[in-house]
Amino acid sequence: MKVPYSWLREYCDPGVEPGELAERLAMTGTEVERVGAVGPPSAENFVIGKVLAVEPHPDADRLQVCTVDAGGDRTIVCGAPNVAAGQTVPVALPGATMPGGQKLGKAKLRGVESNGMILSAAELELGEGPPGILVLDDDGLTPGSPLAEVLPIAEPVLELEVTPNRIDCFGVYGVAREVHAITSAPLGPEPWAEDAPADGNGDVGDYASVEVKVPALCPRFTARVFTNVKIGPSPVWLQARLTAAGQRPINNVVDITNYVMLLTAQPLHAFDLDKVPAGALTIRTATEGETMATLDGVERKLDPETVLVCDQNGPSGIAGIMGGQTSEVSEQTTRVLLEVANWNGTNILRSSRQLGLRSEASSRFEKQLHPDLCLRAQKIASQLMIDLCGAKLVPGTIDVAAEIPAPPSISLRAGRVEGLLGMRVEQADQIAYLERLGFGVEPDGDDLMVEVPADRHYDVTREVDVIEEVARVHGLDEHLPSTLPGSAGQMGGLSREQKLRRRLEDAMRDLGFDEVVGWSFTDPGLPARMNIPEGDPRATGVTLSNPLSVEQSVMRTTLLGSLLDVGKANLARDAERVALFESGRVYLPEGDSEEGPLGGGFPGEKAPSVVEPHRLGALAVGPMRPKSWRGGGEPADFFALKGVLEGLAARLGVELVFEAGEEPFLHSGRSASVSVEDTKIGWIGELHPAVCRAWDLDAATGFEVSLAPLVAGAVVGREDFVDITTFPAVLQDLAVVVPPEVPSARVRETVLAGGGELLRSAEVFDQYIGEQVGAGRKSLALRLEFRADDRTLTDEEVAELRSAIVAALKEIGGSIRD
Amino acid sequence: MLKRIEQIKSEAEGAIAAAGSTAELEELRVRFLGRKAELTMLLRGIADLPQEERGKVGSAANRVRQQLELKLEECAAELEASEISVSLAEGQVDVTLPGSPTHPAGHLHLITRTTRQIEDVMIGLGYRVIEGPEVEHDYYNFTALNHPPGHPARMLQDTFYVQSDPEVLLRTHTSPVQIRAMETQAPPIFVVVPGKVYRRDSDATHSPMFHQVEGLAIGEGITLADLQGTLVEMLGAIFGGSRQVRMRPHFFPFTEPSVEFDVSCFLCDGSGQLAVGERCNLCKGIGWIEVGGAGMVDPNVLGFVEANGYDPEKVQGFAFGMGVERIAMLRHGVPDLRRFFDNDVRVLGQFL
Ligand SMILES: [Zn+2]
Repeated sequence: MKVPYSWLREYCDPGVEPGELAERLAMTGTEVERVGAVGPPSAENFVIGKVLAVEPHPDADRLQVCTVDAGGDRTIVCGAPNVAAGQTVPVALPGATMPGGQKLGKAKLRGVESNGMILSAAELELGEGPPGILVLDDDGLTPGSPLAEVLPIAEPVLELEVTPNRIDCFGVYGVAREVHAITSAPLGPEPWAEDAPADGNGDVGDYASVEVKVPALCPRFTARVFTNVKIGPSPVWLQARLTAAGQRPINNVVDITNYVMLLTAQPLHAFDLDKVPAGALTIRTATEGETMATLDGVERKLDPETVLVCDQNGPSGIAGIMGGQTSEVSEQTTRVLLEVANWNGTNILRSSRQLGLRSEASSRFEKQLHPDLCLRAQKIASQLMIDLCGAKLVPGTIDVAAEIPAPPSISLRAGRVEGLLGMRVEQADQIAYLERLGFGVEPDGDDLMVEVPADRHYDVTREVDVIEEVARVHGLDEHLPSTLPGSAGQMGGLSREQKLRRRLEDAMRDLGFDEVVGWSFTDPGLPARMNIPEGDPRATGVTLSNPLSVEQSVMRTTLLGSLLDVGKANLARDAERVALFESGRVYLPEGDSEEGPLGGGFPGEKAPSVVEPHRLGALAVGPMRPKSWRGGGEPADFFALKGVLEGLAARLGVELVFEAGEEPFLHSGRSASVSVEDTKIGWIGELHPAVCRAWDLDAATGFEVSLAPLVAGAVVGREDFVDITTFPAVLQDLAVVVPPEVPSARVRETVLAGGGELLRSAEVFDQYIGEQVGAGRKSLALRLEFRADDRTLTDEEVAELRSAIVAALKEIGGSIRD
Repeated sequence: MLKRIEQIKSEAEGAIAAAGSTAELEELRVRFLGRKAELTMLLRGIADLPQEERGKVGSAANRVRQQLELKLEECAAELEASEISVSLAEGQVDVTLPGSPTHPAGHLHLITRTTRQIEDVMIGLGYRVIEGPEVEHDYYNFTALNHPPGHPARMLQDTFYVQSDPEVLLRTHTSPVQIRAMETQAPPIFVVVPGKVYRRDSDATHSPMFHQVEGLAIGEGITLADLQGTLVEMLGAIFGGSRQVRMRPHFFPFTEPSVEFDVSCFLCDGSGQLAVGERCNLCKGIGWIEVGGAGMVDPNVLGFVEANGYDPEKVQGFAFGMGVERIAMLRHGVPDLRRFFDNDVRVLGQFL
């Protein structure tokens, strides 16, 4: 909302610089985006001039040499054909700064020195104005006096960011009342206080009729009729105001409707009455498939919830949004029907979104105006029609209105202001603030009864809304103390799951990985690039109906896609290697949430509509450890990442089970599924060559695991002491020869089973394949730890356990290598 | 016999003195004092000698044996010392070569770090950290937050909707978790909610995905002044020093009164100037930096969870929210929101 400062001051002059007022407005709830300016940056050196004589230029046909009294006679060369002796004109003297910043000096034009410039309206940014120089009415203007006294030049404009609840501040008078409230500067009378004289012929009913078929969508429709209308340009002051407020002047009638809307917040619409057959208007909703051409020349398809203003031939305007071409006011117009209506805001908002069409009018109507505003606008506009268009107002007003609700009364209880704000405001001050804002206030015992004005009707409906009004006028910045809530007995903290998630993230960092934050949205082609076949649940993500682009139209089902994108981007930026991880969610349209926030089990009565498990993913391309004179530099392979994942699990005290597994995006021989006990939690492996190629990678290795089951198995914080010192352990190595297809995990399990409970651990530390064990065999070396809680194990006992292990190994085709 | 013993002694002493290594000495020990050495054999055969010779020969042989043992030990100590110095000299390395590289250091993302920092401050003030879904029901994101269907306030945030269900959307703020939390826990409640949010907007100052932290405190007699005090504590902890907070009245559908809050600029300490006449660029000379939105939770919002003990006539409280990226940008001078989502490892590595 652009408010020219001089217009505001007509109703309430705060007596301060615009910048200072802007600050005060910002601190009371009306943000001022900026204090702009139209016209020259300063009014200095712009004066009134009187043209005394005009003579042709000796050396140029198009130029004229004028003698101008601008507080002393001077010569000014002028190129405008309409300049004539006797005119009163705006003059810029040397030293003036023109709009756009150009500084005016003395100039020689074809040998004649010009001491200034006679100005057009456009040169002053006062609207388009008539062609040529601007000729002012000579109402006893003194040559040489400041131009700013008669024209709004160097006009500061407050550009307000009005919040949608403050529909009153979408009109200049509403802003003036707000300024009155926050500064106590006096407020001028309401501009609609008096109605215009109706001296036209007959009665409005003789000229026009209105039928409202949808009263719920059109709570009020008023119309007045004007005859003897003379269409023409608006006077300079009006054009100047509209221009400063950001509206293009068109003609006097259209300008009046815009001016009154900017003043009152109530939009108006003018019809050429002679183009409305029989003057009959009907308000109805559109029929299926109906179309119409709006003022902007676009043929619009309408839907059955859109409200139309129709004449006997069909739609002539989309209610509250935009008029049509059929009954547009033109230069030939002599009779005008002025519509001022009230529309259902929700419906206007819906239709405007549906049509993709938003106008100054619809942006006001959609916030729900009060029906009382209609007649306010009619009264102001009527007087302007008479003054500026020479029109005659036909007596009477068509007024089709549903019952208008009475303004609500709200009780403001004593003590409630302080109780909610923690800031004391004297009751006398409360009353003063509310009255300045236009509220009616009556004492009611210790309390106050507050009556809400029409233009705050939908904004202020409860006691708490009244308290807000008091709070903001009183001033939070100056008066609100800082205290802390009495939160005794409240325990802050992270949940166990959140703490363990941090532990894992920290571990990834300490293991050399950089954390990334990937996009939650991906493109629909991602599953195919990842080799994920149709039918795989990960091939179908949650799809957005209004994405910004196809590339961001589906919610991700894996972290791997994000990691690959980030990896590729970094390698393209000349990184030699990357080790990345992400701790974030995926979005699965189907399946069940697990308990706790990491599994997507969030608080609240209504379960989420998709499953959002929290995952931990990693991707390594190139070496984990850079190559140096000491070696290193091997690209991260399956075992490098497996070591990382085992390291993570060890930090939680969880044992992971790895089994050869197939994921479509992984190398089939170098990948595994990862489980905790019997629950599969994810995958690990080297990436499939085709997937690598799709991201321009030579090779890459990664893993992705769900955090909820991983963290659920954690023993952190629940560990029990184990006595390992009283009775020492016996450590032995065991070399086992098995067929090559027997996985080491199977050997280890067999050893553990054979050793029984006194065998506390068995870890594979070496593998040998070669001549010494013969073809078709492999040898695994295990470190065994035997220990009893109640005695030191004897050599005989250990030997017995060892033979039990050997016996068990035989079952899987294993033998001991000596 | 005694002569032979002396011969052995001088022979052995000569050999010991000539020995060049501890290994050689060990050989000599075996040769002269070992089980099969002449001196040992001699001592062993002493019983076969005539009675009168036994004493003399025995004591001479034992004396020589002890002398040789001593000599061996002395020599061994000397040789060992010189051998160690030789091995030290041989073991010298070029200490200026680079050390064995460990894996390069990893880093947490600045968003994670900043989120954790805010969480930790709020935990210290007695708040629990809770989380909610990002794909959310319209009811939680809008309706229960006092944005009725068709209300223009819904236009304030451009929303992504889900194709399969027009009532499901990507949450536009972390505020829906307020309702979820209050449905689950009766008052008093003090919670802080971090998370991703989404708005249909993309330019230098808007990202379609970004992060927020939300705070909610409801109980008896919790006031707007308590909100300001809480923000003072929190922003002081984040930006350092003794920061001031100012609240500007604003409009949000789910709070009443609503405010936007600013923190006094930590670069110029609120003066707007860095040196005399030099404008502070961080706060643009204003002395204040806009941080987020807040307010007293609207009674209509409490009305949606009234059954769980949130009677607006009995309990009241505040909520606040702010962008994590914005805090991080201010704190670390990041010029452009989009840098957070480039995930450039050269940038990630700047934040230790
Ligand atoms: Zn500053």
